[in-house]
This record gives sequence, C-alpha cells and structure tokens, in this order.
Amino acid sequence: MHFQPTEDQRALRTGVRELLEARFGREALRASGARLDRALWRELGDAGFFALRLPESQGGVGLGLPEAVLAFEEAGRVLLPGPLVATHLAAGTVAGAATGESVVTRVDGGLVAWLEEADVVLGDAADAVPVRSVDPLTPLHRVASVERPGPEAVLLTAAEQLGSAARTTELAVRYAKEREQFGRPIGGFQAVKHLCAQMLVRTELARAAVYAAAVTGDPVETAGAKLLADEAAVQGARDCLQVYGGMGFTWEADVHLHLKRAWVRAELGQPAAQAEELLAAAL
Amino acid sequence: MDLTCTEEEEAFRARLRDWLTAALPGLPPKPPPQDWPGRRAYDTAWQRALFEAGYADVHWDASPTRRLIFLEETEKAGAPYVGANFVGLLHAGPTIAAEGTTEQRARWLTPILRGDEIWCQGFSEPGAGSDLASLRTRAVRDGDSYVVTGSKIWTSHAEVADWCELLVRTDPEAPKHRGITWLAMPMDAPGITVRPLRTLAGSTEFAEVFLDEVRVPAVNRVGEENDGWRVTMVTLSFERGTAFVGEVVACRRTLAELARTARKNGRWDDAVLRRRLGRLNAEFTALWRLTQWNVSEAEATGGVPGTGGSVFKLRYSHARQELYDTAAEVLGPDALDLSREWTLDRLSSLSYTIAAGTSQIQRNIVAERILGLPKER
Repeated sequence: MHFQPTEDQRALRTGVRELLEARFGREALRASGARLDRALWRELGDAGFFALRLPESQGGVGLGLPEAVLAFEEAGRVLLPGPLVATHLAAGTVAGAATGESVVTRVDGGLVAWLEEADVVLGDAADAVPVRSVDPLTPLHRVASVERPGPEAVLLTAAEQLGSAARTTELAVRYAKEREQFGRPIGGFQAVKHLCAQMLVRTELARAAVYAAAVTGDPVETAGAKLLADEAAVQGARDCLQVYGGMGFTWEADVHLHLKRAWVRAELGQPAAQAEELLAAAL
Repeated sequence: MDLTCTEEEEAFRARLRDWLTAALPGLPPKPPPQDWPGRRAYDTAWQRALFEAGYADVHWDASPTRRLIFLEETEKAGAPYVGANFVGLLHAGPTIAAEGTTEQRARWLTPILRGDEIWCQGFSEPGAGSDLASLRTRAVRDGDSYVVTGSKIWTSHAEVADWCELLVRTDPEAPKHRGITWLAMPMDAPGITVRPLRTLAGSTEFAEVFLDEVRVPAVNRVGEENDGWRVTMVTLSFERGTAFVGEVVACRRTLAELARTARKNGRWDDAVLRRRLGRLNAEFTALWRLTQWNVSEAEATGGVPGTGGSVFKLRYSHARQELYDTAAEVLGPDALDLSREWTLDRLSSLSYTIAAGTSQIQRNIVAERILGLPKER
C-alpha cells in the first residue's frame, strides 16, 4: 500500500509552498483585506493552481483530486484569501478561470464570499446583502438561496482546514518551546503539552480522512473528512490561542485569523449537521 | 497516494478468505468468559489451525500491509482474535525474534506460533504502572540463575500462562532506566503465587503475581543484563503499533448494528442521537484510514511501528468509549442489563484509556517524541 504521497506529489507540495512563501508571507497576509490581489491571482493561474485538474489537451496540468488536495492544504496553511475553491472548480467551464484571469465565486448555503471582487458569480445572488464578516480577510454576503456545492468543493475546503490545523499546531508548539514562565519553557508543563498533543492527534486523523477521500472520491467519506477537518481547524486554532495566552487574544497574533477563517469554512460546503446526517444515513 | 494493494497482496486476501470460509463453520462454540481453561483451549486451538494453514506468523514476518489484510479479513469474517495468545504473539514473540539469540528463537518462537505455550506480561508493579522504569522486583545472580523476589500486577492471562515476559531490577544502584533486565520466567517455577483480580466488568482478565525467590535460568535473559529498558521499548512499540488494528473493523461492524437497532426501536428519530452516530461513522472510517496511513509509513521505513501508534491509540481508545456510551443511548433501559453484550463491552471499554499506556502517558509521548517539546523533568 502506498498511501503516502509520491515523490511527484511531494514535489508539487513543495512547489506550492515555496510559491506562497515568496508571494504571500506574513506581511502580505496582514496587509490583505477585503481587496483581492489580482497579480497574485494570475500568478496562481500561471503556476497551474486553478488548472491543476484540467486535462493537458485543454491547457491544464492533468492531475487529480489528491494533488489538488495537497495544493489546497498549502493554501490553508497560509490563509490564502479569495474564492479559491470556486475558481478552481470553474476551470474549463468559465472563461479565464483556469489562467487566473477571472475570479469566480458561487452561492454556498445562504452565503457568497468575495461577491464584489468576483468577475463571475455562480448561482442566484440577485438579493445579496452585505454582512460584517467575522473574518476580516473574507468578505461575505447573505443570499436567500441555500444551494450547496458538490463533494469536490467540500473536500477542497476540508483540505484548507487541514492546512490551517497543521499550521496552528506548529505555531503552538513553536511558541511553547520559546515562551518561558516560572523559569522554564511552558511546553514542559503537562497542561500545555497535552493541548499540543491533542492538536496533532486531531490534525493527523483529519489528514488520513482528507487524503483517503481524495483517493476514493466517495461522498460519504468526503463528508467525514470535512467534519474532522473542521474540528481540527476550529479546535486547533482555539487551543493555539490558549497556548499563546494573553498574546493569543490580541490582533497582532495570527491565531485569530486562523480561527475566524476556520469558522467561515466550517459553514461552507457541508456544515456539521448536514455532514452528520449524510454519514448517519449511510450506516 | 493510493489505497490499492498489489496483486500478490490481493491473492493473499483471496486465499485467506477462502480458508476462513472453510475453517470457521467447524469452530466450536466460544466458552463463557469465566471458563479460563476452556478459553485457553479455544484460543490455542485456533492458533494451531492458523499455524497449520500457514497464517500463524503473519503478525511478525509478513509485510505490514499483509498484516493489515489479515486483521481486516479475520475480523470481518468473525474469526477469533489472538485471545490468550496475545502476549506471546504480539509482545514476547516479536521481541525474542528481534532481540533473542538463535537458541532462544529456536526454543520459544515455534511453540508461540503453534499455540502450544501461552505467555503473560510481568511488566507493571503496584508502585510502577505508568512509571514503568521505577519497578522494584529484584533479581540477584546466583550461579546459572537469577533469584527473583517481588510482585507484579495487571498480569494478563497469568492463570493459564506457561511463560512470563518479566522485567526485573538487576542493578539497584544504576539510574532507574538502566539496571533493568528482561527475563523469560517459567510460570511453573516454585515460589510463584497467582491471585486473580476481578475487574469492574466482573471478569478476571488479569492477576497479581507474587514472586518469592523464584529461580530463573540466566540463559532465559533476552538482551544484555541491565539493558532491559531498551528491549522493553521494542516490546512496547509492537504493542502500540499493532494491538488495536483488528478492533477498528469490529467497531465499524458494531456501529452498523447500532444503527440497525436504532432504526428498529425508534431511537433513530432522535436527531441528536442520529447525528452522533453519523459522527462516529466519520470517526471510525478515519481511524481505519489512519491505520492504513501508519502502515504505509511503516512499510516505507522498514516495517518497525513508529510513534504514529500513540496518535492512533489516543484517539481510538476514546472513540471506543464514545461508541459504547452511544450504544447505551440506543438501548435505553436495556443498557442496564448485564446480559446484553454491549453493556459488558461498555464496561470493558473503560480500560482502553488506561491499559498499554494511559492517555496521559500517550500525550506525553506524542508531545515529547513527535513534537519535540521539553521533557517534564
């Protein structure tokens, strides 16, 4: 069994990570707001982020869902903003989506993200009303339509959650090694240590679930992967905030951005109640 | 990244399935939990059947993927698990295979594989459970023997065991992780007293073992004198790496039965309960995938189970308790009936966050060995 990523898949992941490190570091993250960086969007297009699964005959990269999941995991790690999932899924059907020349968003269960920045909106957003979004880096509108995207969108959203969960685990562990209280690193205290261990456990379970769903493409398994990835991302950000202590409650720490984005993503695609009902019906 | 098996592995699966289909109808009825001699006979007969069919060494020699297939298929078919053979097959055997001399491997491995000899585990002591290295049972060298005095506790299958994998302190002056030695002790040696312990589930799974100047031949030492801690870590990596794999398949089967029962008795209409069952479906599916992930990693790194076992055990032991708590919700008043299988399983599940390293110890292992956080002291 070769469930581990192949060499090519690892190389792809490294490539996406390096591109994002170079073009979307912490400074860019904190500078970004409700405006989308079009130059970065086109760079993502040039790198094949949106055309990853489009056949080579149509100008795509010709890869599959597992590769897309690895790329979206990296996007989730750095909190890359924009309607990434909708644009990726529109590649090949909406002109300019594959190359990053168009920004595509879609109606998703009563919400639309990035409506004003998008060139194309899929679904009925005629009655859209702006929301004061909890996530400062994800503008939101409310709509009456409760239409939901399909399993692939759910899985890619779960992959972003996985990346965020892995990132907050790393942040908490790094901080716990550096921050000293009572004359020693707080990571030596069992109470802190156990928070970090649980973060890793949730992340690794979510990873197995997300990767497996990418391989099987099964909608029930995808629902489970989203459920566990939502839990890993939301609870991971909360635990990370706790490890950071008072610093974690400030605007300066990145932790709140992870938590707020995780809350938004948990509401998109397939929220917990719907995933759980689908998983129960499959029993 | 894929989940397919090779043709050779699929052929192994098909052969095993055919054999199980033929072998299982001839299986005698399972003896009741309190009938220890009966259970020993049942478990060893099954092990003998596996040996004769060529499947006995699957826990040791086969590729991790084949081991996974074996556990998946036997569990799916409802075949017996290792039972009274578990210490020999999953702990002592692999340890002797990895660390023992040629003579020791020749003496002990085949009887374990054939189900002729049962092993028990003499690791824990009343004062040394989670802090295993603080064990105090003494062994003093006297000619060709070690003379052992002390006591052990939580010794699974001690009542029916022929051998005990025993940890003793051979150098009381050394730091506590050194000065420990791993011995194979014959359970019929003079000076051994076994006193069964009754669990909260009413069963006698394990015992206290008192050792009063028990003579153990020095040739029964596995590894060097005072190097037993390292040998023990080998044993424990096998324990955490493989012990629970088949059970995940069993939990998924139980979950499907729970859903069927809930649909029949009307509890399915409770949305909170229904959603809880859905979440458990995600949980156990993912735990199975995590097992495959760990196995594929072990296969890539040469087959020795790694710390991924601790990540798995932490999540699994809590998920199992959640499963049987949910079963109690599905059963309602019947959950108080001890003659219901799920009620006994609910009680047994309480041991999972304690046995083979408590959840608190596992979190320390994950934090220190995987995440690299500072040690407590």
